[in-house]
Amino acid sequence: MPFRCEHHGTMSDGTATLLPLGPDGVLIRFADTLSEPANRAALAFRAALSDVLPEAVTETATSLTSVFLRFRPDDLRREALEAMVRDRLEGTNWYEAALPEGRKLWRLPTCFGGDDGPALEETAALAGLSADAAIAEICANPLRVLALGFAPGQPYLGFLPKHWDIPRQSDVTPQVPRGAVVVAVRQVIPFANAAPTGWRQIGRTSFRCYDPGQEAPLPLRPGDEVGFLPVSLQELQAAEPRAYGGAEVEEL
Amino acid sequence: MSRSVVIHTIGPAVSVQDLGRPGGLGLGLSRGGAADRFGFIDGAVLLGQSMDYAALEMAGMGGRFSFNQPTRFALSGATMRATLDGAPVEWNASHFALPGMQLDIGATESGVYGYLHVGGGLNTEVELGGRGYHRIAGLGQLIEAGGTVRIGPDAHPDMAPMRLPERLFGNEPIRVMPGPQSDLFSDAAKSAFEAATFLRSPRANRQGVRLDHDGAPFATEGQLTLVSDFISEGDIQMTGDGTPYVLLAECQTMGGYPRIGTVIPADLPRIAQAMPGAALRFQFISTEVAEALWRSENTYAASRKSALAPRVRDPREMADLLSYELIDRPGPEVAGD
Repeated sequence: MPFRCEHHGTMSDGTATLLPLGPDGVLIRFADTLSEPANRAALAFRAALSDVLPEAVTETATSLTSVFLRFRPDDLRREALEAMVRDRLEGTNWYEAALPEGRKLWRLPTCFGGDDGPALEETAALAGLSADAAIAEICANPLRVLALGFAPGQPYLGFLPKHWDIPRQSDVTPQVPRGAVVVAVRQVIPFANAAPTGWRQIGRTSFRCYDPGQEAPLPLRPGDEVGFLPVSLQELQAAEPRAYGGAEVEEL
Repeated sequence: MSRSVVIHTIGPAVSVQDLGRPGGLGLGLSRGGAADRFGFIDGAVLLGQSMDYAALEMAGMGGRFSFNQPTRFALSGATMRATLDGAPVEWNASHFALPGMQLDIGATESGVYGYLHVGGGLNTEVELGGRGYHRIAGLGQLIEAGGTVRIGPDAHPDMAPMRLPERLFGNEPIRVMPGPQSDLFSDAAKSAFEAATFLRSPRANRQGVRLDHDGAPFATEGQLTLVSDFISEGDIQMTGDGTPYVLLAECQTMGGYPRIGTVIPADLPRIAQAMPGAALRFQFISTEVAEALWRSENTYAASRKSALAPRVRDPREMADLLSYELIDRPGPEVAGD
């Protein structure tokens, strides 16, 4: 017998929808398309929840537009957890809420163009820019870690200005190296590992999304900010052996 | 000399696994760990040790192993053909091997993922909170022939060999609860999904299992440019051409393909252990029913523990043990570790 999702709600009124994700998971979805307010809501709401959740909630996480809660169904009923969540949702416009405290700003040494950015010219042209102007825009303002995914510690960074809303390539590049800086759909990703991708590689960073030797081997958190620091290939190579690939970090 | 298992020959997909690295979803790290968690837990129960100890997961084929110290071991999960110095050894049971005895584990007879646990667990380096091979996260590697894997101290070296009754998977349809995108599929698509008999495709790994069927693909009603969102183990994902995949332990943390629902944890081992060509059917259940069927892994372990029975040793094994007692009794420092 077909079922209807019991928790279905509407998103047109700018409210969150509570959905099951496995018998021990609740997904709080703020939108079904990516936007800055939806991402902001997820980041702010997860931080606000941390004070009120019972011990039976074992994990909280944010994706691009959602908050996920994992709980122990032996100790906590879904209904009770959902009631707590609804309570906390009420009375605040999470889409305009302040971002959580304790975030960091990272600056990643990055070499643009040449062998390290084979698609720089073409990508700049798609954004209606010269290569130099494209680098200047990418480096002008820090971008937000919207979410981490695809590989441990690998950030989706956004948002570039609207003219960077360029599609992925129809042909997948068989392999870009670890540290490849790729762009598409107003976002930038520094790749954690060598991988195939449909995104366009414009540069390479010495930053390591996963740095096993460090105290925090996965340094980035959703909500952190990441800027790109243009450097020469020699400077990049000099930065590579340093902690976090020579990335600079400060508290926000 | 540290205790270790010696790898003489090895199948193509054998790796160290544990119960994974929970808590990393928001950092882009899926839990991973054993593909059949309950089958894995059986091995820990057989040896009377923590479920957190690591073991070898053997997909399809085992290998030839020996131990450099007297070692207890347990075989669980998919049934595989196994011999110790040529004599058959029972699956879903724990055993004892003397140094140098040859443990041969061949192809699976039933199921896909078999487990070789050792008393004290595999003591490999912990990375990001776990020991398991997690290919897509770039953690660990497959086991290669010619090496050794370190074993931790065994807290119960004298525990009698035990056996567990085989888990009965049955032929009932696999139960699927609603997920965040279930409503993107029409009632007709859901009905067709329930009516279909799928064949487990040969295309499967620890990330997921493809399901083949003769009918029309399972298209969604809505737009296909979904924003990527969290994935759960057990999610049934429809790729671009409408082919279903059931996602397993090593799935991504996020994905953009629509998912019709989530296989409940109690039934997920049946998917992981389905052999190529096995027929699979699905049934949708409500979230409430899925919750009523929830059983924690501790509860599962407790129920298996109460099903343990002592295993009567065969005479050949007794002879070995006698010679061990007379000639090769280890010193107290070994017996006590």
